[in-house]
Order: sequence, then C-alpha cells, then structure tokens
Amino acid sequence: MEVVDNTEKRNKIWAFLTTGILILISLLYYKTNVYYIYLVAYIWFGFAYGMMLQYGRFCFASASRDLFAAGVPRMAVGILVALVFFSLIQATLASTNMSTFHPAPFGIHTLISGMIFGVGMVLAGGCASGSLYKIGEGNGTSFLAAFFGLCIGQAIFVDVKWFNFLVPQKWIDSAIAKGLPADKLTSSFDTYLAGYVWNQPTLQLSQTKTISEALPGAAKYFIGDSLLNALIPAAVLLIVIYAFYIRKGFMKKRAKAKGRAMGFSDEFTGIWNMITASKRTTIMGVIIGIVAGLHIFVMKGMQIKFGVTNFGQLLTRMGHASDTSIKGTVFDPGYWYITSQEGQFGAWILEKFGWNMRDNIFFGINNGIPEPWRNPALWMSFGIIFGAMVMARLNNEFKLKLPKGELIVWGLLGGLLMGIGSRPALGCNIGAFFIRVAGGDPSGWLYGIGMVAGAFLGVKFFNWWSERKMAKEMEAF
Amino acid sequence: MAMKFEKTGEGIYMLDVCGYVCPHPQIYTKKSLEKMAEGDVVEVILDNPSSVETITQMCDQVGHDVLDKKTEGGKIYMKIKKG
Repeated sequence: MEVVDNTEKRNKIWAFLTTGILILISLLYYKTNVYYIYLVAYIWFGFAYGMMLQYGRFCFASASRDLFAAGVPRMAVGILVALVFFSLIQATLASTNMSTFHPAPFGIHTLISGMIFGVGMVLAGGCASGSLYKIGEGNGTSFLAAFFGLCIGQAIFVDVKWFNFLVPQKWIDSAIAKGLPADKLTSSFDTYLAGYVWNQPTLQLSQTKTISEALPGAAKYFIGDSLLNALIPAAVLLIVIYAFYIRKGFMKKRAKAKGRAMGFSDEFTGIWNMITASKRTTIMGVIIGIVAGLHIFVMKGMQIKFGVTNFGQLLTRMGHASDTSIKGTVFDPGYWYITSQEGQFGAWILEKFGWNMRDNIFFGINNGIPEPWRNPALWMSFGIIFGAMVMARLNNEFKLKLPKGELIVWGLLGGLLMGIGSRPALGCNIGAFFIRVAGGDPSGWLYGIGMVAGAFLGVKFFNWWSERKMAKEMEAF
Repeated sequence: MAMKFEKTGEGIYMLDVCGYVCPHPQIYTKKSLEKMAEGDVVEVILDNPSSVETITQMCDQVGHDVLDKKTEGGKIYMKIKKG
C-alpha cells in the first residue's frame, strides 16, 4: 500500500514539476521579448491538446484500426464528434474573418499519400498526434516512430534526389518554368512540389462560385464548409458505422431486455448509445473540437495584434532572420498541426552533421529551419508531449517502456511511412484530414479515405502476424 | 520480446502482453477469446492504457464479461469471461 502511495505521490510531484517548468519557460520567453507570446500560445495549446489526447485515448490510428481489428468504433465516433464541433467553430471564425485556414492542392497524390500514412500509423501503433501523446506516456516505440520517422525520415525525404527516376519530364519543365532559385530546386520532392502539386486545383466549398453566389455572407461558411463538407458526411459515417458494427448486437440485446419488437426510435437509441459508449473519448472529442477552433482564433488575434501573417516576420524583427526561409517565413500554420515541425527538427539535427538542408523548397523557400527553442510549431509538439505526460502522471498511467524486439522494427518502419506519407499531401491525420475536412476542403476526405484504406492493409498484416504467433504459443496445449 | 498465452487451469487462461503497444494487446485479446470456449476465463496482463478502453468496449459489444480490472505496479490486469 505504501509503495502505491509513494508512486502516486511521485507522479503528482512530476506532474506539477513539469507544469511548473513550462510556466517558468513561458515567463522567460515573455521577459525576453513580448513577441514570444506568440510562441507561448503554441506551447499551451499543445499542452492542452496533449492532456486531452491522453485522457480521451484520442488517436486517429485507432479510429480505423480498432474498427477493423476489434470491431470497436469508439475512436472513429470520437473523431467524428470532434469534427462536428470544430467545423462549426471554423465556420464562425471564417464568417468573422478570423480564420487562418487555407485549402490544399488536391489530386490522386492526396489519396496515395493518405494510404502510405495509414499503413505507417498502424505499424507504429499511433498516428502523428497519437505518437506524440504516447511519448508523453513513456512509450519508447512511439519515440522511435516520431524521432526517426517523422523528424529525420521526413527531413531526408524532402531533401534527396533518390526519387528522380519517378519524376516525369513535364514536372521538371513545369518546375523550372516557375522561376524559382536554382539552388532551391534540387530534390525529387522539389520537382514534385513545384512541377505537380502547385499545378493542382484547390477547393473550399464556401469559395466555389455556386455556393458563394447562392449563399452570401456567413451562410456560405456554415452551409458550404460546415454542413456540406463536415456535418452531413460525419452523420452519414456515424450511421454506416452503427449499421455495420453495432446495430445487430445492440438490437438483439435490446429486444431481449424489452421483450418487444424493435422500432425506429430504438435505432436512435442505438446510435446515441454508440456515441456515448466511451464517455471519455466522446467528451474529449467535443472539447478538442472547441479548443482547436479557439486555437485558430487566438493565433489570428495575435497576427492582427502584431501586424504579421507569419512568425518569421517576428523572428526577423528580433534579429533572427537566419531562422527563416528566403521568403522570411517559418512554418507557422496558425492552427493544430503536427508533422512539418518535426521535419524542421530533423533538418536542424542533420544540419549539425553537415547536411545542407536549405537547398530545397520545403525548408529553403517555405518553412525555414528555426532553432528549436524559437520554433513555434515545434513547441506545440513539445507541448503535446508534456501535456500528455502531466495527464498520464496525474492518472498514474506514466510508464517508461523501452521498445524491444519486433516493436523496434514496427516503430521505425511505421514512423518512416508516416514521415513519407505526410509530405506529398502536405499534412498528416491532423493537417491533411482533420483541419481540412472541418475547414470545408473536400480533399481532407480524400486523405481520410486513403488513411482508412492504409489502416485496413496494416491491420490485415498484423492479423496475419499475430495469428502466426498465437499458433506457436498454442502448440503447448 | 514475446507475448505469452498459457493455459493455467481447466478453462482458465493467461495472456501476457506487457511491453506491447497498440494495436497488439487488443488484437491478441480478441484472438485469445476466439480460441477459448464459452464460459472460459482469461486474465489479460498489459501495460498499455489505451488498449484497455478498446478491450472493454469490445467485450461489451460482443457479450464477454469483464469480471475484474485492476492496476498494480504500472500493469493492468483484466479478467474476462467469454460470453
């Protein structure tokens, strides 16, 4: 009993210590320069995301994976609930000109990219955001996936020429025609980006001719972006999940308990039961949706206050222009985002080993490579880790687990696939799926379909693998 | 690293998936239950909190009973009776 009490006490001390250190760091930033409040906002939104993700076991990998592997829709439901709330807040912000959202070029690459990411997240045991919160729980496999895959793997992927054999001549011609500095157009990914992706269309429902003409004012955001792109598809998906995974079992149990024939109202009860089956996940879905919207509001407010559109401008004002790209920008999404900042961290490390990481579009022209302590989005990722760590400590769920055996292979391979899969569509489960769907960009769904298909393949593989291991174990009896 | 699935008595099994992260604990639990007879009991030992939420809901949906769930020394012990 005393051992348990001591562990609980130690966990609480660690939780308060971690929070206290982050408060101290925030105050130091503020004292150094008021502009760093912008970065501090990222830290604390990250911290909030981390706490919520850990408490709700909120992982996009488990949404499709647990559905296919165990028939459990808990997480899929949680994500759809989060989407509903986030899209309503996005629409509110867009209608008051307070949104930082921008749609992304889409095409077949969006689907393929999602698929690669989907396989990766199942192998690694967590999506991009899930891996971060699991690092906070002490999970070493997630650390391998995030560090070697999302950080180092992603940075190398955007900088190498290894994939030139896949690049058609017309992409090369199109990239050159854009007149970019030749010393920044060196990698396979550069040619793909400038020669293919930038030529693809972007779509945000509220900005289409039909919707913007038919629905003037705020209605186009609420009906176009939120209702059509997020609410209706989310409702349809909830019904499909209910029909395929829950309905049969629920109706059987309910008919037995009630002793009567089932009707339409019982279907509604069934759907509601499914939504509330895991309260902690669903409640966190609601709160995550609201906080993600609030995050956009706060970042936009700071941009207006400081008269900037990117944190790179503030870094330049503070004398740190070397952190920025040649456009004077750094990666500063203005909302919840995961992978690009990890890529920047990977690039920063590789630069220390003499690798020139600025001779490409991704870092050289768009995102820069800030020192980690001046990288706002990277601080958001650290915030997620620390927020999850505090929540896990408070619930006595923190446990340092070093990766062993096969988990090392799955972590590295999965992380690498996530790192690669997050680049071609310019985002991951958060940036390419969650944010885009809620913002009225249908390409988010395309990425989502890819992720689900990839997860299906990953689960198929793990099913085969575990069946093999079970058979070996059962030889004894 | 290895998972352990042992028969510890008549109709009683033990599944140890400590060290494993998602999705392995839930997959191994599901597969163990598939291989057991109705009424058999398995004690699942794991240390991945996220999996517990999924396993609990899986049992509820399929009709297995979670007889006991406790946490000791960073490990979670779940006793499940196949329904």
